[in-house]
Amino acid sequence: MISNITLFIGIMLMYSTPLVFAALGGVITERAGVTNLGIEGMMSLGAFVGAAAAYSTGNPWIGFAAAGLVGGVVAFFHAFASITCRADQTISGIAINMIGPGLALFLCRLMYDGATMTHPITNKIPKIFGSTLKGALGNLNVDVTVVIALIFATLVWFLLYKTKWGLHIRAVGEHPAAADTMGINVFKTRYVCTVASGVLAGFGGGAMTLAIISQFNPTAISGQGFIALAAVIFGKWTPHGAYGACLLFGGAQALTVILGGGAFAIPSEILAMLPYVLTIVILILFVGRSAAPKASGVPYEKGAR
Amino acid sequence: MNKAEYILRKPFVKTLIAIVLGFLVAGIILVIAGYPPIESLKALFDGVFSSSKHLSNVIIKSTPLIMIGIGVAFAFKTGLFNIGAEGQFIIGCVAAVVVGIECDFHPVIQIPLVLLAGAVAGGLYGGFIGLLKARFGIHEVLTSIMMNWIALYFSNWVCNLDRYHKPDTLGTYTVNKSGYTKILSEWKMTSEGKETLLESEFLTNTLLKTDVNTGIIVAIILAAIVSFLLFRTAKGYELRAVGFNRFAAEFAGINVNKNILHSMLISGAICGLAAALYITGNSPHSIATLSAFENYGFNGLSVCLIAASSPIGCIFAGLLFGGLIYGGQSMQYAVGAPSELINIVIGIIVFFVALTHVIPILFAKFSKGGKKHDK
Amino acid sequence: MANVSSEYAVQMHGVTKRFGSFYALENMDLDVKRGTIHSLLGENGAGKSTLMNVLYGLYQADEGEIFVNGKKVDIKNPNVAIANGIGMVHQHFMLVDDFTVTQNIILGNETTSGLGVVDMKKARQQILEIVEKYGLEVDPDARVSDISVGMQQRVEILKTLYRGAELLILDEPTAVLTPQEIEELMTIMRNLINDGKAIIIITHKLKEIKASSDTCTIIRRGKYIDTIGVEHVTENELATLMVGHEVKLVVDKEPAKPGEVVFEIKNLIVKDDRKLDVVKDFNLQVRKGEIVGIAGIDGNGQKELMEAVNCLRPAAGGEILVNGKPIANTTPRKVIDNGVSTIPEDRHKRGLVLDYTVNENAVLERYREAPFSKNGILNRKEIENFTKELIEEFDVRPDDCGPKRAAGLSGGNQQKVIIGREIAMDPDVLIAVQPTRGLDVGAIETVHKTLIRERDKGKAVLLISFELDEVMDVSDTIAVIYDGHIQDVFKQGTVDESTIGLLMAGGKGNE
Repeated sequence: MISNITLFIGIMLMYSTPLVFAALGGVITERAGVTNLGIEGMMSLGAFVGAAAAYSTGNPWIGFAAAGLVGGVVAFFHAFASITCRADQTISGIAINMIGPGLALFLCRLMYDGATMTHPITNKIPKIFGSTLKGALGNLNVDVTVVIALIFATLVWFLLYKTKWGLHIRAVGEHPAAADTMGINVFKTRYVCTVASGVLAGFGGGAMTLAIISQFNPTAISGQGFIALAAVIFGKWTPHGAYGACLLFGGAQALTVILGGGAFAIPSEILAMLPYVLTIVILILFVGRSAAPKASGVPYEKGAR
Repeated sequence: MNKAEYILRKPFVKTLIAIVLGFLVAGIILVIAGYPPIESLKALFDGVFSSSKHLSNVIIKSTPLIMIGIGVAFAFKTGLFNIGAEGQFIIGCVAAVVVGIECDFHPVIQIPLVLLAGAVAGGLYGGFIGLLKARFGIHEVLTSIMMNWIALYFSNWVCNLDRYHKPDTLGTYTVNKSGYTKILSEWKMTSEGKETLLESEFLTNTLLKTDVNTGIIVAIILAAIVSFLLFRTAKGYELRAVGFNRFAAEFAGINVNKNILHSMLISGAICGLAAALYITGNSPHSIATLSAFENYGFNGLSVCLIAASSPIGCIFAGLLFGGLIYGGQSMQYAVGAPSELINIVIGIIVFFVALTHVIPILFAKFSKGGKKHDK
Repeated sequence: MANVSSEYAVQMHGVTKRFGSFYALENMDLDVKRGTIHSLLGENGAGKSTLMNVLYGLYQADEGEIFVNGKKVDIKNPNVAIANGIGMVHQHFMLVDDFTVTQNIILGNETTSGLGVVDMKKARQQILEIVEKYGLEVDPDARVSDISVGMQQRVEILKTLYRGAELLILDEPTAVLTPQEIEELMTIMRNLINDGKAIIIITHKLKEIKASSDTCTIIRRGKYIDTIGVEHVTENELATLMVGHEVKLVVDKEPAKPGEVVFEIKNLIVKDDRKLDVVKDFNLQVRKGEIVGIAGIDGNGQKELMEAVNCLRPAAGGEILVNGKPIANTTPRKVIDNGVSTIPEDRHKRGLVLDYTVNENAVLERYREAPFSKNGILNRKEIENFTKELIEEFDVRPDDCGPKRAAGLSGGNQQKVIIGREIAMDPDVLIAVQPTRGLDVGAIETVHKTLIRERDKGKAVLLISFELDEVMDVSDTIAVIYDGHIQDVFKQGTVDESTIGLLMAGGKGNE
């Protein structure tokens, strides 16, 4: 029994971690008023670059950092298009979702002789209790990235609600004209937030290939970016809400795994549907109307009142 | 606004500029990657235009993309982001396969039946998203993402049911031949049929070697109908008004929630119809277990964006998309450039489409002069 | 234009500002002495706000110079303006609804205690000090979306004082205040002046200029007209300077000949978004051939009242009757079909689909009816013809705007389209909410004439406005709303402004 519970918690934390990073990024950028649909693309590139860097250097942390870096670079393009060029943010995000995975695979082939997956990295992200713990307690021996994700969630919460930068970010997302008249640089704030979301999405991809599957392959990132986006909406654009939503998804996935190996004769496909059906049911019962930050997705133009 | 700026504002011109820029950047990437750019692009063009077989295949591959594009465009025009097109397409396929296997009527009945099954399934699936938005205010993007995954696993479950699962394969049985929408599918397989066709090179290349089907005709007619519906009818007026400004629409007596629901019903139905036509028109006329999304829906979304949500524009954007994907395969054979490159090229074109609306504005800024204040 | 000197808080000389090929400001001058209240008078669209936006650094002038206390300054952005002691209270408040009063005041200027953490306690303390000094009553912890408009304005003023403003720019400050609150504002302004500050008031309200200002600069179509001492000039003279020709300030109308009651609201109760009663036992009658005007301060239930009448919000109790038929809690469609047409308060949100053409907007309620559609298909020719007639009758400019997007029209012309459309439906009851907001004098005159003409045709007209002058000039019967119900009802000419003002603020009139 205890073993099942700890197994559940362990798997839940494992699955949710990449989502948490990406969702936190989504929260930050949406709060500042920029829609980032390209999370999936940023995660894919982050996943590849992270794995490649970790493989070449033998150090997973360098890989993790590299993953974040590349996510930030991609997000910079999105920021340029959305903020400076005032382009349609939806289109830009979708474009990144097409370019990202394609580019990741392309680079993979380029660097690894046409292979579509990287070599398994020898040094994964370490577990929090070291590598030897087994048994019931061993299920709770999660990757360090899980803890980092929790720390980030707390930091983002603190940033948004306790610091002056958080006040600026939220003002820019709700009423950019008001922030502008108070001397806050709307463009700069939005740029920083968008790039930050890219970095976080990259971390999410890295968390996937450096801790969970220890290599990059074509299905490493298949839909997590969209789930992260869903978590942002589900969590009503708050960091704690998004974190909870990611745990919910992770928990539902964990449930699927546990039930799948168990005594119930439920077809695996129906089990696989469980997290998504559960989400919709919860939405209908508990969550209801969602309201994005008022200026989200709308490019800011001075004097357009 | 002078002549040049006026031209630059035309959506067609903007898309053209995006495409040209997209190819330019693609060329640069090819060079960086060590592939000869001119040969690669030539292989791409040859892969599309050099033979009627290729042209035929492009049209066939483009058909579902065009139709899904139209479906997504319809939702966009009414203010809804139907990212659930992927799920609606999958559900449409499932419905078409199931009905196509279970029923075996004369083609006059069978074909409309299978198509209707797809449309209804897609419509209901999309309508559910619309219902949740109208009734509970739940964001359609959130619901759509969930529904996409549910559709994927549902499809796999159906695929693996004993009743439908074809042994030793990953997929189902094929739908009954009475449901095929391929042109002359039976006759061209007979020896006399083959003989006749082989006499003409054109017919050999198109009819014999490809799955020519009536889908494209349906797609074009659909584009025309949807266009008419949106811009010439009272219903279309209502839907677009809700899309542009639901508050003013509400104030003027338009039932906003009803229209949100209708919009998703229709959008989903179009995607479901696209799915049914895809099943009936293309080998293997069945579905298989999927390990990941095939991206028909997401690609249809890109088609819609490139076409700036214009139903007629989706025809051309869909053909472009289909041409790039199909031609991309030839590029792979010819120079070894991998298929991901095509995805990158398409993504870059979409990215530039996002940027190109800025061009006329930049142009206006740089034009000199100005008249004095006079009202 | 005056010589540059430090006795002037601010001087703007030769300012020109272009937007594309349009000259918003052309060689404009403004000189404001310290310790004075200086008005900037002009019609809507004359360039007053643009000039102040240049002063505040939101726009950069193409030509011209600015001097603060005799020193030349280059105001690149609001931070520079703020650093030079310039503060601005905008006409449309720049407040973040979800933030508290304190958060809004300190935004961009937060005192932090290490790691960027905002020191809320210190902020509150500093704010309360300023509140005390100038008499600006606010609740520091209230959310801005929950407080009254008057308090919101005080928050805006506090924002400037928190940053040490020596020159305050107030853009149309009295638009949302009762006569009593205007008095309070005058007191606050006098306190600030006595402290050596300078105030610029942007306005088109002649009465306010006479009541508050020492001097006044008139701007017309972006150009400087004159600067005058306010004490010795009449409102009529100001109006003439503002518009460039003689202006009739009083509305011309025949006495009303009211018939039977056509529109009646009985014991209406409506709840707001927080489920509190905001329209409380509301009673009103409007007769055929009569204009009833509801005077009141924004925020006393008018919004929810209108939403209940239009069925955009449920009525929690009571009835709304048109020709005896109840229409509460039905649908907006039914309300329109029963002969009620409304000119909404927010023309961009409720009145028009800005992305639609003028043609399409003209049939927003009637696109399904013959002759505009047949069998569900739109008849473009009929729609175009109808719109042409509407454009001609209501003098919408430019007169070929039919196929153009409504967003391209000026505010006044947009309003004309809406008014024309609603009147064309030949309603029994015509409701106009803030119909002249943001319009220039000529357009205002047209709207008032139109309402009176409809009254003379036998319609029942209901006017809801926050401009007391408008209600008193145009209405045959004046009702005062306060706290969700009608305080009292008067015939035009039997009541004076101060009585109404008292009632608007919840006072008891002559009891």
